[in-house]
Amino acid sequence: MSTEITFALTKGRILKETLRLLAEAGIEPTEDIDNSRKLVFGCSAPGVRLLVIRGLDVPTYVRHGAADIGVVGKDVLLENGGEGLYEPLDLGIARCRLMTAAPVGWTPGSSRVRVATKFTEIARRFFAERGVHADVIKLYGAMELAPMMNLADVIVDIVDTGNTMRANGLEPIDVIADISSRLVVNKAAMRGKHAAIQGIIDALTVAVARRDA
Amino acid sequence: MTTHDRWLLPDGIEELLPVAAAKVEQLRRQLLDLYGSWGYQLVIPPLVEFTESLLIGLGSDIELLTFRVTDQISGRSMGIRADITPQVARIDAHSLAQEGVSRLCYAGEVLHTRQTSLLASRSPIKLGAELYGDPSLQADLEVISLMLETMTTAGVPRVILDLGHVGIYRALLHGSGLDEAQEQAVFDALQRKSLPDLGDALQAVSNQQRRQQILELAGMHGDETVLQNIPYADAAVAELREVSGAIARRYPAVEIYFDLGELRGYHYHTGLVFAAYVPGHGQAVANGGRYDDVGQVFGRARPATGFNTDLKALLEILAGSLAVPETVAISAPAQGDAALWELVAELRAGGEVVISSSSGEIDPRCDRQLRSREGKWKVEKC
Repeated sequence: MSTEITFALTKGRILKETLRLLAEAGIEPTEDIDNSRKLVFGCSAPGVRLLVIRGLDVPTYVRHGAADIGVVGKDVLLENGGEGLYEPLDLGIARCRLMTAAPVGWTPGSSRVRVATKFTEIARRFFAERGVHADVIKLYGAMELAPMMNLADVIVDIVDTGNTMRANGLEPIDVIADISSRLVVNKAAMRGKHAAIQGIIDALTVAVARRDA
Repeated sequence: MTTHDRWLLPDGIEELLPVAAAKVEQLRRQLLDLYGSWGYQLVIPPLVEFTESLLIGLGSDIELLTFRVTDQISGRSMGIRADITPQVARIDAHSLAQEGVSRLCYAGEVLHTRQTSLLASRSPIKLGAELYGDPSLQADLEVISLMLETMTTAGVPRVILDLGHVGIYRALLHGSGLDEAQEQAVFDALQRKSLPDLGDALQAVSNQQRRQQILELAGMHGDETVLQNIPYADAAVAELREVSGAIARRYPAVEIYFDLGELRGYHYHTGLVFAAYVPGHGQAVANGGRYDDVGQVFGRARPATGFNTDLKALLEILAGSLAVPETVAISAPAQGDAALWELVAELRAGGEVVISSSSGEIDPRCDRQLRSREGKWKVEKC
């Protein structure tokens, strides 16, 4: 039985924490990922290779079976839908919160609200659940600017410390979701490579528990 | 629209060119012949029907997938079928209305409003078999066997049979006190096997033991050992054991995988559910299950079990390995005497492919041609 496992990792700031957890679980890249321009890496565990790709692309790779297993932020799964994937484990890394925020002292007006965000689906859903009609404006960065320039009333964004928001005269209002990185698994891989995949899930579960202890 | 994009097809809509079309048609014939040899009779349901009959209790997924148009004659809403199963259920319950067991099969294109998975076709060619009127486990076993035979006949090298039973989750949910929205949240998390999300969704369940049991269900996938420790659904577990035992004896090469938290079609399935997975493909290539109450809306609830697959998805899986015999043809002049016409008819009747040549060109598939030698037509090498 072939047990070649392809593991898709999210590059960027969560990579270091991910690698630390993987090392605990016995999966270590055989070369220095930080100082390489390569995208595919061999690793210490036999039959496992690591891909380092953008977080937004991880669900696509895993859903389509181009990777068997992956690490991705819950925000990406909420925004793009986690259908067709298993997400068995919360890795508890890159913790932050997805929040609404508005200029200090802002009060909701009559009926509609203009929302600037990168997370259009989440924003639409969140306001609809509260019976508020949101006009969603998709932006790709510097959300804090939108209310200042009167492009939007409120923003929906990832909040880590909240310092950037406060520095721009905004205050966080509602928590939409707590975000952290999740392990995602391809449905066919869970069946066809069950022993190997379950082994990785179990090892990571132990590593997470040990870290949080 | 310019000449640059005039030829574009909509997302998820594709055409099959000669080689692929030949393969799909060969598969369709082989598989319908297979079902015929098991006693399944072919039916050809219509492309459109009124939404009232098309969208019967098969869940909201199928409603979202169905294109709707207004019937200019009756003013009623019609749907272009997104699934053939409800049509065949209608045929069994109402049009045929046989007493006793009926076995029906079908093959046809359906249309989806959106792609059900990445790169999926929006016009899959559904092929399936349904068995009505037999509530016994033997019926499920027959249908599962036929699904596995479908994979063998098509030439799928390695198949994983997924077995589940909606009765287990249903037993757990019974009396859990969840409202519809809470139940949906639990269901979603369970389908994603997301233990953290499931834990959150289960906050609404007051019974501690019940909460723990539903959490454990998310981890109940793998080999037969997952069937231990399910005291609350003895009947369902017994069915799973019996069916998996029989399948293992009939098809020792097939890997059996239990997944008790996988509840595809939960809203209309009533018993065993099953699917065939092929390693490397994220979606099931065939799936089915028991759906006993569907005929009720037509006035006749009938025991029912069946499965379907998608020929285009099968083609993609088999891509390289599916061989269609190459056409070797004879070229014949388009103009000639009556003797030539008769000979050509004779050759064609004998199974040869004869391609007419009007301006002297010879089709590249031809390795022989008809030539007149001293007033007689002869087949010669090109």
